[in-house]
Amino acid sequence: MPINSDQDIVVARQKGRALATELGFPPGDATLIATAISELARNIVSYARKRHITLQKIDGLNREGLSVIASDQGPGITDIRQAMRDGFSTSGSLGMGLPGVRRLMDEFEIKSQPGRGTTVVVKKWKQ
Amino acid sequence: MAKRNGMSQETVTLNNRAGELARDEAPSELLRELVAHLRQNRTQLREEWVARISEARLLTAMTKEEIFAEATSVYDSYVEALETETFEALQAYARNLSERIIPRGVETHEVLGIVLLLRDVLARSLFAKYQTDFKKLNRILDAYEPAANRIQSTVAVGFVQERERVIRQQQEAIRELSTPVLQVRERLLILPIIGVIDPQRSRQLTEQLLRGIRTNRAKVVVIDITGVAAMDATVANHLVQTVEASRLLGANVIVTGLSPEIAQTLVTIGIDLGKMNTVGDLQGGIEQAERLLGYKVVALAEPS
Amino acid sequence: MEVPILKQGEVLIATFQAALSDADLNQLRSGLVQQVVRFRSRGVIVDVTAMDVLDSFASRTLREITHMIRLRGAETVIVGIQPEVAFAMVQLGLTLEGVATALDLEEGLAYLNQKFKKTN
Repeated sequence: MPINSDQDIVVARQKGRALATELGFPPGDATLIATAISELARNIVSYARKRHITLQKIDGLNREGLSVIASDQGPGITDIRQAMRDGFSTSGSLGMGLPGVRRLMDEFEIKSQPGRGTTVVVKKWKQ
Repeated sequence: MAKRNGMSQETVTLNNRAGELARDEAPSELLRELVAHLRQNRTQLREEWVARISEARLLTAMTKEEIFAEATSVYDSYVEALETETFEALQAYARNLSERIIPRGVETHEVLGIVLLLRDVLARSLFAKYQTDFKKLNRILDAYEPAANRIQSTVAVGFVQERERVIRQQQEAIRELSTPVLQVRERLLILPIIGVIDPQRSRQLTEQLLRGIRTNRAKVVVIDITGVAAMDATVANHLVQTVEASRLLGANVIVTGLSPEIAQTLVTIGIDLGKMNTVGDLQGGIEQAERLLGYKVVALAEPS
Repeated sequence: MEVPILKQGEVLIATFQAALSDADLNQLRSGLVQQVVRFRSRGVIVDVTAMDVLDSFASRTLREITHMIRLRGAETVIVGIQPEVAFAMVQLGLTLEGVATALDLEEGLAYLNQKFKKTN
């Protein structure tokens, strides 16, 4: 779903919680997922074009999970390592930054090309 | 009734029809013949198998009736798997069986053992039946063995998976039991942390504590880390997170059991001990908690 | 989104709903401050029991509300943070430092009364 306004952030995290609950995640995990979605959506709202969030059910070896793909076609992150340092946030206080999101989820992957955009994929597995 | 390859026309017609079939049969036809044989001799083969099971002293946790009942089901499932060449039903049955027998104390080697015994019993009956027709015996075995192997691993894997699931459940239960949140006074909770703290346990601890704070309306929490096995950066961070999360629920946290060494470790990691309320020992921590709550700690008068 | 703000003596009680957008939060921030001035309140309780997610923006807004209300001479308490929400917040590193928190409305009122006694 596209993220173009702050209202969209709310919608995205509500959908995330709904999907997580539907998949059988416990409420604590559902909250973590919803919070992660909120943060990820935030990170892409401020200055990027074509912001998008995709929620998916995923299947692994003997387990099920949920993946969140947040992508934008913004300026991209030039120094990923710095962005992953705790406390770093590129645009003031919008989005506590990615390290926090990594702590919330089980798997975290980021791809960014300066000038092309950024894609973050996070996953959480059901125990 | 001897059979030879490259026979002349006359010899072929003189040969037993079964022999001719054996030369041209596809594996699945052989399997069908095999399955028919197993079904025909079901009663006898099953009895033999059960006898071998008690001989080998397997499934001692079960009664004779139970063994017989399960043996019947396993036998039928085995034959069905051979016949249909599909293993989903067998896998489902294996898990179901495991679910029932694991609580009875049946071990992995027993389950593997009885399936191997069944395989032997059936193989021997094949030897007995086709002993005069060596080539056919070979073909039958060629058809039988891969299927029997597959059955063996299906049952074994099914059992092991179920066992692992049970172990995980038990571990979870142990974790729950070993992190008790104790209500000592009104509005005061104590959380003694003992042993190894892995990320899963740490999270469970925090969640239990937070729920406890809400249920007991605790205003002060004493977290005692005297019994913590190893204090490293990860554990320390979890501790800090627990303290911070408790504060969000309006509870004050006192950390006790901090040895000077651990305090040093925490400082080295970068944890600001000034922000944490720490007391050396549990007793002192409880007293401070009581003071925070407004209780007066009074020494009892000596009996005269 | 309408957020009910009740007046109870010298205290204002704002019950935040779930699904508040950034714009809603910004409105609330200015709205609350206005009310504090209007009623000369000494305390504000922000009840976030219904909020199922408190992210970095919400956290920052709560800190700003506390700060702005303090500038008007009043105290703020945040109450009702749910256990799972608290857990998610500390994972993200949001600690609401400098902001008073209490378990629920009852505790929040008790806290404010304590504070009022001290300043009287």
